[in-house]
Order: sequence, then structure tokens, then C-alpha cells
Amino acid sequence: MAKTIAEINEKIRKGKAVVVTAEEVIDIAKEKGIRKAAEEIDVVTTGTFSPMCGSGAFLNIGHSKPRIKLGGGKVYLNDVPVYTGIAAVDVFIGATALPDDDPRNKFYPGEFNYGGGSVIQELVAGKDIRLTAAAYGTDCYPRKKLETLINIRDINEAILFDVRNAYQNYNVAVNLSDKVRYTYMGVLKPNLGNANYCSAGQLSPLLNDPYYKTIGVGTKIFLGGGIGYVAWHGTQHNPTALRGDNGVPRRGAGTLAVIGDLKQMKPEWLVGTSMLGYGCTLTVGIGVPIPILSEEILRYTAVSDAGILAPVVDYSEAYPQREPDILGEVSYAELKSGHIKVQGKDVPTSSLSSYLKAVEIASILRKWIEKGEFLLTEPVAPLPGVESGISSKPLKERPIAE
Amino acid sequence: MNVSRRIVLHFPPNMTGQPVVCRLVKDFGLTFNIIRASVSPGQEGLLILELSGERKNYDKGIKYLTETGIEIQSLSQDVVRDEAKCTHCGACITICPTEAFALEPKTRKVLFDHNKCVVCGLCVKACPPRAMILYF
Repeated sequence: MAKTIAEINEKIRKGKAVVVTAEEVIDIAKEKGIRKAAEEIDVVTTGTFSPMCGSGAFLNIGHSKPRIKLGGGKVYLNDVPVYTGIAAVDVFIGATALPDDDPRNKFYPGEFNYGGGSVIQELVAGKDIRLTAAAYGTDCYPRKKLETLINIRDINEAILFDVRNAYQNYNVAVNLSDKVRYTYMGVLKPNLGNANYCSAGQLSPLLNDPYYKTIGVGTKIFLGGGIGYVAWHGTQHNPTALRGDNGVPRRGAGTLAVIGDLKQMKPEWLVGTSMLGYGCTLTVGIGVPIPILSEEILRYTAVSDAGILAPVVDYSEAYPQREPDILGEVSYAELKSGHIKVQGKDVPTSSLSSYLKAVEIASILRKWIEKGEFLLTEPVAPLPGVESGISSKPLKERPIAE
Repeated sequence: MNVSRRIVLHFPPNMTGQPVVCRLVKDFGLTFNIIRASVSPGQEGLLILELSGERKNYDKGIKYLTETGIEIQSLSQDVVRDEAKCTHCGACITICPTEAFALEPKTRKVLFDHNKCVVCGLCVKACPPRAMILYF
């Protein structure tokens, strides 16, 4: 029954492609069996909507008159510092950047109400952004100061380029200590007061293609409400993580680097986010279509929350000290029931990843494909898989000799 | 004149072992209704009370509480959700001491029951997209 992406695209063009979400495919596969489901279904759409710190955007703001060399200077967007160590009027705004005068955790826990993620959201929303710059001045770029409003409509390029998004599985965070811990996994109450998780589980892109058989460099995706592409494997990509019998990683494993034109994205899918006592970030909406090229690929997409396990990690001691210990494994079905058992205790669960929005993303992508507006792309290179032997390495510190 | 107020008491760890509420009753003649309690000896504690009694005694009771080092927060405010900002992630669910947030099982939509909210404000800063707003 093997299909090709070209054949599927032909059906999409004719408006005849059968597209279902990664949630819908579970029951279809149960009802009709893998073989029949694989014959009938052409594309399975996935989705995730989570805080993703590895996000940011390159902006080319255009040349002022007289010219200013922002490269090597200091530039702020709405008081949030941006990276300038590149070409004359290109800057990079990172999701976790904070205004210089933000008190951070000096008043613990810091609130982190506004940062790079917020600027990106406002930019996408079409709001004017305040740019202030100080440069050193050169013969060809004489100007030393610049203060202006900029708008995404007027600047040359605005490119979302996230170096690590869409983590394939993630830790479940708990707190074994006797005081509240403020983490990137949310507020963790003492003595196993709660357990926070952050994955769309059965809808999550890489959990539906565990061995990266269809998702590769060049895969066209839903990104921030618009169109984007997989640019590379993400940083900390760890394909050799422990896997279950179904091939699904039981630890944080693969990641994606993604890229897309920010100008066609939407503020409801790129949301500036604040983690109490931790910092700022950006919640990103990503949806990846999976072409059903074979029965094997359909079987992977039919994975349900019960078949995906995540490790429970203590964020008061084991995580900060980089100890490998885990407190056990739980399935996303258990996590979504509202309670899990950790060390014999019944612990209520919270999610940082919005399943409601993940369903919405997978449904939007399905509609785009059904209407013939979104064609699939053939990856131009695969993501490193298990056979690459690549694993995410810890930092080995070495003394600096004088 | 009688008063009845809802208050949130934040206990420092050294106070959680002491019979504070008992003294409110015995020494000041106040009555109380515990709305929510999370107090264990030697740890930071949280107690949400509806405290009633004669005005004069009520004020004395509050003065006593303040002197013990317990932080008192009044509940004469309101918490609302900015529906446009809420992403329905669910981070608030285990933060709320009165279980005012719940997931609709089928859609995984986060429901906010305003009637269950005691306006402690814990969700306001814990909400990642800052969708919960505290009105004074």
C-alpha cells in the first residue's frame, strides 16, 4: 500500500486527501485495524502549544538616514535588550531576554511580567515597538544614537527562528522538599504537593513519528499560526534516549529547530509567557503533518496517551544538581486523569502545555490540507536518528590555566 | 456591631505549631469557618478563614494575628480571568487552594468557577500567560 508524498499531494490538490488528527486516528485505527486505516488515511496532523524557551526572531529593521551600525552596539526593543553581534541593521530578539531594570529574583520570587517573548507577541500583533540604540559610529555608519518606533509591517524581514522547540516527551516535575520551588515547570508545591507536565502527549508531533521517518529538514509545518519549516534538528536533540517497545521515547529525546516568516504568524499562537521566579519565555504553537506512507507510520501515529511514559523528576534536588535519579514513570493517560502516584502518595497534576490548543492546531492544519491550501514537502535531509549515536552531552568543566 | 470577613493567613514556618485559631475564639470571642487549610508543623502554612464577631473584638483579633508575625491578606477583592489571554494550559489547577479551576474532561478546557474563588490571588502570578487579574 506504500504511498509517496507526491501521490498524497496530488490527492490534496484535488481536495480528495483523507486527513485526520493524531487524536482521531487512535479510534480509527482501533476500529478499522492498522492496515485498513493506513490505506484510507493520507495525512495525520499533530499539534502542540507549550512554553518553548529556545525561541526567537531575527529582524532587519532597514537603514536609517544617516546610517547607524547596530552590529556591536546596544539595542533595546520596548526596553528588552536584543542581540546585535551580526550585520549592521540585523538584530535577534530571544524569548527569554529581560529588561535591564527587571529586578529578576532580587525580590524572590521574581514576577518576570515582560520579556523577549512579550515583545515578539506584540510585534506579531502589529503593535508599534520602541527601538532605542547606541552605536560607536564609523566612517560609513556615522550615527551613534537612534530612537524610533518600528512596526512589523515596515521592517524588511522578521523571521522566527527557534533553535529548540517541540520536545519529544518531557519530565514530570515534582518537589520533594518542604518549601515552594519556582521553576520553569511552574510553581511546585512542597512535599509532592503537585506534579507538572508539559507535552501534548498523543497529539505531540515527534511522539507521533518517534523515529523521525517522515519529519526531516525542510518539512513544512504550522508555526505560530502561519507556515514554517523544520530547519534542522533542535539543540539537545537526543535520539538515543531510552525508548519503550513501541519505539516511543520514555525521556526527553528529539527536538526541532524551526523557521518561518513572522509577518504571516498570529499573536494567539505566539504568546509571551512568564514563569514566576524563573523568567520569561514564548509559548509557541506548532503542528506537523505526518504523511501516511506505510502501515508502520500509521501505527506510530495511532499511539495513545496510555502508551507514552514520562519520568517523574524532583526539581528541588535531583534536577538542579543534575542527578540522574527519577522517582518513577507515569503515562500521559495517568497524568491527564488529574492524579498520579509518586512514592505512594496521591499527587494532583497540572499541565503547562495546552491540550485544547494542541487539538485546535491539529484541526486547523487538517482544514488547510483538506482545502488544498497546504501541500506536504519532501524532507531534504533526515533528522539524526537512533543510528547516529548522538546523545545530548552534559558540560564537563575544565579549569582555565593562567 | 458584628462583622464577618474572609481572610487569608500566611503562616511563617515557626508559627505553624501554635494554636492561633483557638486563641481567636477563647480570648476574643470570635467564631470562624475554615474555608481552606494547609498547615503542617515547621512549614509555611496557608489558612483561609471566614472570621466573625463583634467589631471591637474582631479588630483586636486581627491585631493579635499581626503581632504573631502572620501575614494577613483581605479577600475584599475580585479575581477575574481575561478570556482572550487564557491559553487553557492548566497550570492554575493545582495552585488554587479552593479548586476553583477544573478541566472539562472531553475538551481539556480549563473552567474557572468564580463562586469557588476566595480571591487569595495565588493564581495571578502563577499563570504563565498572566490571564488572571486581581481587582482591588
